[in-house]
Amino acid sequence: MATIYIDNAPYEVKDGQNLLQACLSLGFNVPYFCWHPALQSVGACRQCAVKQYRDEKDTAGKIVMACMTPATDGTRITIDDAESRAFRAQVIEWLMTNHPHDCPVCDEGGECHLQDMTIMSGHTYREYRFTKRTYNNQNLGPFINHEMNRCIQCYRCVRFYRDYANGGDLAPFASHNHVFFGRHEDGVLESEFSGNLVEVCPTGVFTDKSFKQHFTRPWDLQSAPSVCVHCGLGCNVTPSERYGALRRIRNRYNGEVNGYFLCDRGRYGYEFVNGAGRVRQPLARCKDTGELAPVPKDEALALARAPQGAAIGIGSPRASLESNFALRQLVGADRFFMGVPKRGHQLLSSMISLLRGGPARVPSLREVGEADAVFVLGEDLTNTAPLMALQVYQAQYRAVLPEAEKAGIPAWNDAPVRELLQDKRGFLALATPAETKMDVFAATKCHAAPDEIARLGFAVAHALNAAAPAPEGLAADVAALAAGIAEALRAAKRPLIISGPSCGSEAIVLAAANVASALCAAGLDAALSFVVPECNSIGLALMDAGSLDDAMQAAEGGVDTLIILENDLYRRADRASVDRLLGAAKNVVVLDHTLHATAQKAAVVLPAATFAEGDGSLVNNEGRAQRFIQVMPPQEAIQESWRWCGELLGKPWKNLDVLLAQLGAVLPGFAELAKLAPPADARFGGQRLPRQPHRYSGRTAMQAHLSVHEPQIPNDPDSAFTFSMEGFRGAVPAAVVPSYYAPGWNSVQGLNKFQEEVGGPMRGGDPGVRLIAAAQGARAEFRGAPPAAQATRGAERLIVSLPHVFGSEELSALSGPVAERAPQPYLAVNEADAAAMALSQGDVVELSVGNAQAVLPVEVRASLAPGLVGVPAGIAGIPAVQLPGWGTITKRTEG
Amino acid sequence: MLSDKIKHEIEHEAAMFERRSGACIDALRIVQRERGWVDDQSVKDVAALLEMTPDEVDSVATFYNLILRRPVGRHVIRICTSVSCWLMGLEPMLAHLEKTLGIGLGQTTADGRFTLIPNQCLGTCDHAPAFMIDDDLHRDLDPEKLDAILANYK
Ligand code: SF4
Ligand code: SF4
Ligand code: FES
Ligand code: FES
Repeated sequence: MATIYIDNAPYEVKDGQNLLQACLSLGFNVPYFCWHPALQSVGACRQCAVKQYRDEKDTAGKIVMACMTPATDGTRITIDDAESRAFRAQVIEWLMTNHPHDCPVCDEGGECHLQDMTIMSGHTYREYRFTKRTYNNQNLGPFINHEMNRCIQCYRCVRFYRDYANGGDLAPFASHNHVFFGRHEDGVLESEFSGNLVEVCPTGVFTDKSFKQHFTRPWDLQSAPSVCVHCGLGCNVTPSERYGALRRIRNRYNGEVNGYFLCDRGRYGYEFVNGAGRVRQPLARCKDTGELAPVPKDEALALARAPQGAAIGIGSPRASLESNFALRQLVGADRFFMGVPKRGHQLLSSMISLLRGGPARVPSLREVGEADAVFVLGEDLTNTAPLMALQVYQAQYRAVLPEAEKAGIPAWNDAPVRELLQDKRGFLALATPAETKMDVFAATKCHAAPDEIARLGFAVAHALNAAAPAPEGLAADVAALAAGIAEALRAAKRPLIISGPSCGSEAIVLAAANVASALCAAGLDAALSFVVPECNSIGLALMDAGSLDDAMQAAEGGVDTLIILENDLYRRADRASVDRLLGAAKNVVVLDHTLHATAQKAAVVLPAATFAEGDGSLVNNEGRAQRFIQVMPPQEAIQESWRWCGELLGKPWKNLDVLLAQLGAVLPGFAELAKLAPPADARFGGQRLPRQPHRYSGRTAMQAHLSVHEPQIPNDPDSAFTFSMEGFRGAVPAAVVPSYYAPGWNSVQGLNKFQEEVGGPMRGGDPGVRLIAAAQGARAEFRGAPPAAQATRGAERLIVSLPHVFGSEELSALSGPVAERAPQPYLAVNEADAAAMALSQGDVVELSVGNAQAVLPVEVRASLAPGLVGVPAGIAGIPAVQLPGWGTITKRTEG
Repeated sequence: MLSDKIKHEIEHEAAMFERRSGACIDALRIVQRERGWVDDQSVKDVAALLEMTPDEVDSVATFYNLILRRPVGRHVIRICTSVSCWLMGLEPMLAHLEKTLGIGLGQTTADGRFTLIPNQCLGTCDHAPAFMIDDDLHRDLDPEKLDAILANYK
């Protein structure tokens, strides 16, 4: 701790900070642009000027940049003397000479850091009367709108994009008063983190292009705390609505999870909520036409209930815990199945038991960023868990930070630190079937078939600890690779092993756990993290139900009713098996928000709420349960699946709290869920919490074309929120902070006021409750047996699926901007295999795998491991069979 | 495409740095010396050669005013427009140049012979006003001397 004096009053601040951080954490308002809590200081904008005094006797003082001055013990400053104020006002006046002052047509207006800082700095009168420099804007793809005239040259965009997120295609161009931030030519920004520019840029240069398609003033948006549903990491998001349409997603800070950033899948995947494929009314198959047609709710419920016999329920890893539990209650625990095929099911349960078994720590996403050596087995992180990739980059950076400290440069002094470190990075080893975007940042990479990846993992574990099982007949080069990885991991203090189910291999997951155990046995503070495919994969797995294959078996010989919860089974298993399952049921009921292939086969479809229209809880890859709260009142007959299940059961739950109480009683592992957010009857200062900001406009006019009476506020039985601008505005638990407004702070930067310290946890603790804990101090155990070397099977090839951040995930792929970035179906082979099979780029081949076929164009990819054939995961046109699997490829001849 | 000669020279420079990207400025200078300016394709080629992204290379190229990113004439006149030269008679000189060449600052003559660009101080203020044509520095200028100087550049 250090004591600093602000206007002669002493304040305790943390060691190793700069004055700007310290002042903001203490709650003072100091204007700034270029400093960002995640990007640290560069001193580029000169906006954070304060006056520093040598000692008590010094009355003259000198102007310093707060962000560039260490807050050491005894530092004396004043923020508000006339000279500092004049300095700051002049800086912003300069910055604004070239700014177009086009707030009325700017998407940033109303939540703009530049507006806030201009007012805070006291530049209230514009005297510059001359020509302003102007730029041509670029088309940067479907995510980001570009309006360069608004730039104030703070360099945050490139510092985020390049330095923080390792992007290569955004740069500053030219010099002095005509610096341009963009790409070297028009084109899609390649980074999967590009959307963060919207929040990082303090002005309206980079704005959300999807939001622009249905723009509404930011203060007219209704928002609630939510959780991303597009992968298993559970990033916290703030979705916003107006006029019944979801308008955009913004980051919601959770210090333990996503911090300040989201990936583009999470930010732009939301359009499925507004999609044309939505089901808004109960549908039932019309007797005459055989088509699904809207029916009244009572009729739909009656149809769904008949016949009266026993039902089978198939749950979903993308539905909330509450909805899965409600279905389980409806059909009975032994007739409730996970809706995940056998292999995925098995992988999930073994991952959970490995995490629980310890002794390795299970890191939060924040802790992933603190590892000092990382070994990834079988996961292409940028495509399966994007934010984890971003955190691995931070881990690599932080791992070498001590070198800067040794050189006497504080970690916050970003430019000299990066200058010193150049491209030095912490150790990263990758073993994947094909090249990944992270390869260029890895010290060691290896592209191999799943079994070979597992063997490498086992070999590393064995090299670390002789008690760990060793693979047999390991090639000398692989053995050397394993020894190298083992050595680098052993040299670390906080090594991290990451793996997951993408290769469909339990051996890989076991190998990863063995490496982590071996490191723990060597006395290191090792961590083990698994990626999971969907937003509630872990939550569902914790319910301990059978697999989809088990459901198919149970349905064999006929079943009265099959109830399918938020799950398109045609994406999970091959067509024939799903057809058979659906055919075995007299009555097929689907509860979902989108009319997918499975829903189209149903007898009854009940319109389910998306995350934006309902409440529920999800469990992320580290076992953190988090609550998402309804953003907008659902339209027409839409309601949460758990409500539908309650009605089908004939015993509807009055609200979420009642259901959670029962869930906790039936499955005690979930008792903590009730603590995720204040209950629905919680009141703050006697009031509910407003979803709408205090500037929300048009309340009395929005519906005036329908009725001149102000509509009644829709009831929200499930949370402490209200669909209103009236309610309590003050300190509330982080799980129910709807947006970051504070007086004078209208932009996302207002977040500073909600954190315990800038960049630290949210006041009162970050949201979420961990349901999985690693057995602390458990003895290191080694499990599993290394597989034999990858076999070959004559003309057959091992088909693996290659994940794509844009396109592989079901819901985001329904969102226009994301769909634009999704790949076309392809079949990838490496050069040698292409030559052996006499294939060349663009040839059309027939792929036969499992009992499915597809016709695909060939893509020759140098980086794919030999012997493998890759197809994009989850893309329409790729058969939904269990991969990896053996298949044959036949070249199509003309005609 | 970069010629083998250019590539060879760039390789030579690249070998002298710890990271290949260190040779970026030299590479741009080499390309410009051979071609008069640096075109978009060359930016991409240099990037590929030095293991950089085109954005990184262009970021460097556009930062330096001596690296030209637009086509220029056979001879480039860099006229100093900074304060000493301005005090010492820039304006009549510039007017004369603009009149005889028929172009303004930043333009190239129709016959592709001259490009006229401003430059902030050539570091020879004690002999102001001054300009450079290609690599030659011309000092203590006045409008009368200009035609004779220009005549040397065909
Ligand atoms: S584009 Fe935005 S983030 Fe980038 S320098 Fe300009 S104002 Fe700063
Ligand atoms: S990393 Fe995953 S959870 Fe986070 S924003 Fe992206 S898709 Fe959503
Ligand atoms: S915030 Fe300190 S100089 Fe920009
Ligand atoms: S001002 Fe022209 S040479 Fe210095």
